[in-house]
Amino acid sequence: MSEPLLEVSNLRVSFPTRQGVTEAVRGVSFTLGREKLGIVGESGSGKSMTGRSILGLVPPPGRVTADRLAFRGEDLRTASDKRLRAIRGSGIAMVMQDPKFSLNPVMTVGRQIAEAYRVHTRASAREAKRRALEMLAAVRIRDPERVYDRYPHEVSGGMGQRIMIAMMLIPDPALLIADEPTSALDVTVQMQILAILDDLCGQRGMGMIFVSHDLNLVASFCDRVLIMYAGRVVESCRAADLHNARHPYTRGLLDSLPRLDDDRRDLPVLTRDPAWLTDDPAAEALR
Amino acid sequence: MNVPPMIGIDSLQVAFGHGAQRMVAVDGVSLRVADGECYGLVGESGSGKSTVLRAVSGLNPDWSGRVSIGGVEQAATRSKGFFKTCQMVFQDPYGSLHPRHSVDRILAEPVAIHGLDDADGRINRALREVGLGPSFRFRYPHQLSGGQRQRVAIARALILEPRVLLLDEPTSALDVSVQAEILNLLRRLRATYGLTMVLVSHNLAVVANLCDRLAVMNRGRLVEELTVEALRRGDARQPYTQQLLRASQGYDRATADSFRDFA
Repeated sequence: MSEPLLEVSNLRVSFPTRQGVTEAVRGVSFTLGREKLGIVGESGSGKSMTGRSILGLVPPPGRVTADRLAFRGEDLRTASDKRLRAIRGSGIAMVMQDPKFSLNPVMTVGRQIAEAYRVHTRASAREAKRRALEMLAAVRIRDPERVYDRYPHEVSGGMGQRIMIAMMLIPDPALLIADEPTSALDVTVQMQILAILDDLCGQRGMGMIFVSHDLNLVASFCDRVLIMYAGRVVESCRAADLHNARHPYTRGLLDSLPRLDDDRRDLPVLTRDPAWLTDDPAAEALR
Repeated sequence: MNVPPMIGIDSLQVAFGHGAQRMVAVDGVSLRVADGECYGLVGESGSGKSTVLRAVSGLNPDWSGRVSIGGVEQAATRSKGFFKTCQMVFQDPYGSLHPRHSVDRILAEPVAIHGLDDADGRINRALREVGLGPSFRFRYPHQLSGGQRQRVAIARALILEPRVLLLDEPTSALDVSVQAEILNLLRRLRATYGLTMVLVSHNLAVVANLCDRLAVMNRGRLVEELTVEALRRGDARQPYTQQLLRASQGYDRATADSFRDFA
């Protein structure tokens, strides 16, 4: 593996509130190569904020600090707004959870995809349209010509999510951050969308951060997994080894999932240990 | 052996819109749920599973066919007695509780509507039943977590001591650790009160955990009925159910390619 795509060291995100400062992310560090990295955790664990802070998308008054936050060796903390705009989209792209709130409702989906291409390449309108149609076909939309002229409300949730992915991939980013890209979708559609992302990662050598609450999905889809709890990474392991995770929090999450191949009825309930919140040596040793 | 089922549905049909816009959401669904049984309805979005539940609960008066609860044939509009027998818990615990009513007022309302006595005792009992202490009684929904809100919603349904509980994706908005708590709670309540339950969910493992039998729906039709044991064995007869089973077993590149649409 050559130079890492993304280096994150001691990332912190905090929000000032009336009750004092709330820390959403408390010292997260990882490096990412051309791989699929899963970030899992429950709501409020800071997994989405980690993804957003990389692109500088933490809404004010949130504050992001890090010892290092670099994309292909370039420091994102000191990058100008102009430079960040160039990186967003063509360097790092992000797919959000819900296509309903992420697509422009008064613009046809085709024009939105073509626009994403033209912003980063200065291609002609005709060329952009041709590429957008190709991209729609690449995310397996059956009739790209027809879908190109549709408005977001005229397409289904699964198709909307594919359109989002097409839009994010058309400038050919090196890194894709996907924040729960499939959790609003049916299981079969979810599988098809993941297959598209999987192929694109393989073919283009793209890196991916896959933020999700679904442990089984991450275990079967990603290469490596970070498990977050209360703003910290409590465990990191190869995705295939997730089921042998050692941290009590990860174990608790896995055990609380009902399973088809296990007919026990009463599910073990997760008891939270306050020690998980602090930097205890035991947790350090596990990492 | 000729005991009438707790819930009987015969050729239920629900359609929305008129003329060219008409869309049949539920097309000739028939099923029976015995007294004390927990029955699962699974399917993907748009399969009509929630629409069946809304027709049974009386939330959607526009349906045709026959629906009987506890042996009593139901008309489009329901009597007060019906709601005493049959209560519902919704998917979104953030949307199903009145944001400006305290837990006390939320729970007192059904008691007042049905003219029951001892509201105070009932509210305390219902809260204890769902694992919330009396300290939660005067809180507002925004002071509760998602799991606690869903417990309040379950308490509101239970306070009338119903015989049938209709559950529409009761855990899909919750974290997995909270989901486990709610599933355990529902199972305990069912055992204690002999409740009959219908659970709508897209998650096969959740249905398998709580139910005895289930029906798989696709595009408004009932594809097949099977027992949870058969589901666990992977013993589905219909290709649609088999596809659903494969999809719920995690990501696999080859499996994704094998998927097709079922009309």
